[in-house]
Amino acid sequence: MPVFSTGSFVWIVLATDLLVWLLVAIVAGYTLYCRRHPHLAAPWARVFRSPPGMASLVVLVAYVGIGLLDSAHLRLALPGKEGSATAYSTEVLSVLDLGLSGLRGRGEKTYSAPLATRSYAKELMELPGGKQVRDFARLRYGGAHLKDEGEWGADVAGRVLKGLCFSLVAFLLCFVLVKLLGKAKPQIPWNSALGALGVLLLLAGPAFALSSGYHVLGTDKVGQDVFYSALKSIRTSLVIGTITTLVLLPVGVALGIMAGYFRGWVDDVIQYVYTTLNSIPGVLLIAASVLMLQVVIERHPEWFSLAAQRSDFRLLVLCAILGLTSWTGLARLLRGETLKLSQLEYIQAAHAFGVRDTRVLSRHILPNVSHIVIIAVVMDFSGFVLAEAVLSYVGVGVDPSTNSFGVMINAARLEMSREPIVWWTLATAFTFMFALVLAANLFADAVRDGFDPRVRMQVAT
Amino acid sequence: MFAYIVRRVLYAVPILIGVNLITFALFFVVNTPDDMARMQLGARRVTPEAVEKWKEERGYNLPLLWNDKAQGLQKATQTIFFQKSVRLFVLDFGYSEDKRDIATEIRTRMWPSLSLAIPVFLVGLAVCISFALLMAFFRATYLDVWGVVACVAMMSISTLFYIIGGQFIASKLWHLVPISGYAGGLDAARFLILPVLIGIVSGIGASSRWYRTLFLEEINRDYVRTARAKGLAESVVMFRHVLRNALIPILTGVVVVIPLLFLGSLLSESFFGIPGLGSYTIDAIAAQDFAVVRSMVFIGSVLYIVGLILTDISYTAVDPRIRLS
Repeated sequence: MPVFSTGSFVWIVLATDLLVWLLVAIVAGYTLYCRRHPHLAAPWARVFRSPPGMASLVVLVAYVGIGLLDSAHLRLALPGKEGSATAYSTEVLSVLDLGLSGLRGRGEKTYSAPLATRSYAKELMELPGGKQVRDFARLRYGGAHLKDEGEWGADVAGRVLKGLCFSLVAFLLCFVLVKLLGKAKPQIPWNSALGALGVLLLLAGPAFALSSGYHVLGTDKVGQDVFYSALKSIRTSLVIGTITTLVLLPVGVALGIMAGYFRGWVDDVIQYVYTTLNSIPGVLLIAASVLMLQVVIERHPEWFSLAAQRSDFRLLVLCAILGLTSWTGLARLLRGETLKLSQLEYIQAAHAFGVRDTRVLSRHILPNVSHIVIIAVVMDFSGFVLAEAVLSYVGVGVDPSTNSFGVMINAARLEMSREPIVWWTLATAFTFMFALVLAANLFADAVRDGFDPRVRMQVAT
Repeated sequence: MFAYIVRRVLYAVPILIGVNLITFALFFVVNTPDDMARMQLGARRVTPEAVEKWKEERGYNLPLLWNDKAQGLQKATQTIFFQKSVRLFVLDFGYSEDKRDIATEIRTRMWPSLSLAIPVFLVGLAVCISFALLMAFFRATYLDVWGVVACVAMMSISTLFYIIGGQFIASKLWHLVPISGYAGGLDAARFLILPVLIGIVSGIGASSRWYRTLFLEEINRDYVRTARAKGLAESVVMFRHVLRNALIPILTGVVVVIPLLFLGSLLSESFFGIPGLGSYTIDAIAAQDFAVVRSMVFIGSVLYIVGLILTDISYTAVDPRIRLS
């Protein structure tokens, strides 16, 4: 495990972190490559010209930003004696955790409602005189700065106003920036991007301003701030949605193209493999694989020195399993397209010139199916995010100690049936997940419209 | 046609063998019977004798693929692979962890599953087609635009939210139906109506949007223009020409899932406490009862292959231009 020490803390690179940053590098490289090739940049320009596409992109960028901050992990040094080797905490934190240290450390005893100052259920308290009463106790952190609870309304309103001011300033800054720099590219719908940004800031400003004194979205069973859980869950969702693609892409592309290009027995074998995999019901295949891997992980506790590494490994394995069971759709699409392409004259001409198969595949076939690959990648993303929730419910998802929307929903199931009900965990998971999946779906639509030649033809006629 | 079906059925055999090998590898090679025994017995009271006893009770004390100690043909049959995996082909599923016959369990549990899945499938299909047709009929109007927006929004909500939300509103707030449970006979309707409704609603988004695209693709065809040129009313064009032709891709897309209805819906059944095959599977996964999971995987893949064959047959039924050969 790579460790970089800088005195007061050490950087820790978890396996999924490595892949996330690798993915960032790939995307950056691809962007640069596209910019230099106009025929690749053109479909993306069409994507950026679509108003829903731009608005959803802003939301996705916000999510990705939080996810990336949460993908740089470190361990803080423990206060130790002079001269002795520095010991580091076994708790692995991320940069996001440091930024939200106010939210992370301030756990209550158990459930508390959003913005509450008192606990959600009555508890036994000892009065100064030694008498015991059952009452709603004041929270340890939520509203603890209030001397008199009568000030609650004024305090909340003040904080909301302060948050809104921050949002307004930030929005005006972006607004001016866009108006100045956006003139260079008038074809991009800047207004819809600004609109999405405005809505995000409108929600984020007051939420963060309130979170310094209250639990904005309440606390869960073990007293953890729900807003914090939701922010942490974003990374899990993004990792599932993107790393899975990273796993399925090479397999699906290689096998699909080979089946369509070489035909004959290669095609037969590949078709056999994907029909077999397809014929096993997806959830069951995933469940079976995850159950098996759980046993493997339990048998080798020596692989992981930290709890965080274990849950991270499980997340990675889940991505790998999801990827290896869902490449079949992409492979089938690519096989069909390659079959069609390899009949075209320019491929025949390449054959006639004696160009090698590997070169035909990489120079002629691959670039011509790349639009299908890109459409498939963005379309699959939201599906994987939704699948994570279902798998976590079935009990074969991420490690229960990992923050994820699936784990939150699973907890909410019991909370909804208790009396009085605890609704905020479910509502928070719903809102955060809905915004992410909706943005992903809208962006996927914009990408499909930009890349799919059939759609473009329909628009032209 | 008959020869074609026979060939397809024969083609299914290697696929089923492949499925069998995959499940065998997953359940017995990666995870040896000793591991399973330790997991089932719990970490604390595991002695080698207890593991041996557990394996013997379930017939896992045989070698995996090849038995050297046995005589003649039994070298191949007295193995875990033959006893546990090959026997699935004759629908001999063996016993679950609580010593019940899996085949009987499946026979009794398939009825609740079907009574939930069939209404969801049929009514859902009708609702989605009607909604999509409506959007296509009023294409490029506000109804169409907002219909598509609603579809995308509904697609973006996890099934879990539909189930938890629906259960909360209908059962807890309004007390319309029982929260969960099941009863035999006609009384079952009381318990089924909510899961059926939720099943339909959660499917509307994705299906309607897809059907709408199919309809719009069909609307731009030449024969539709000809029909309009003949002076046919728009409603006649939609129902007699567009709907009937768009049904070809729709039908062939849904036929493949018909056999899988038998397996039930994993989520609804376990949330609503319906004793069907879906909740059976989920419980088995939770209890790590591998015998049951293995059987369900096998049944699932058989049904999928049946679905593929039915799809091919349905092509000929709806499109006279296609002949199977």
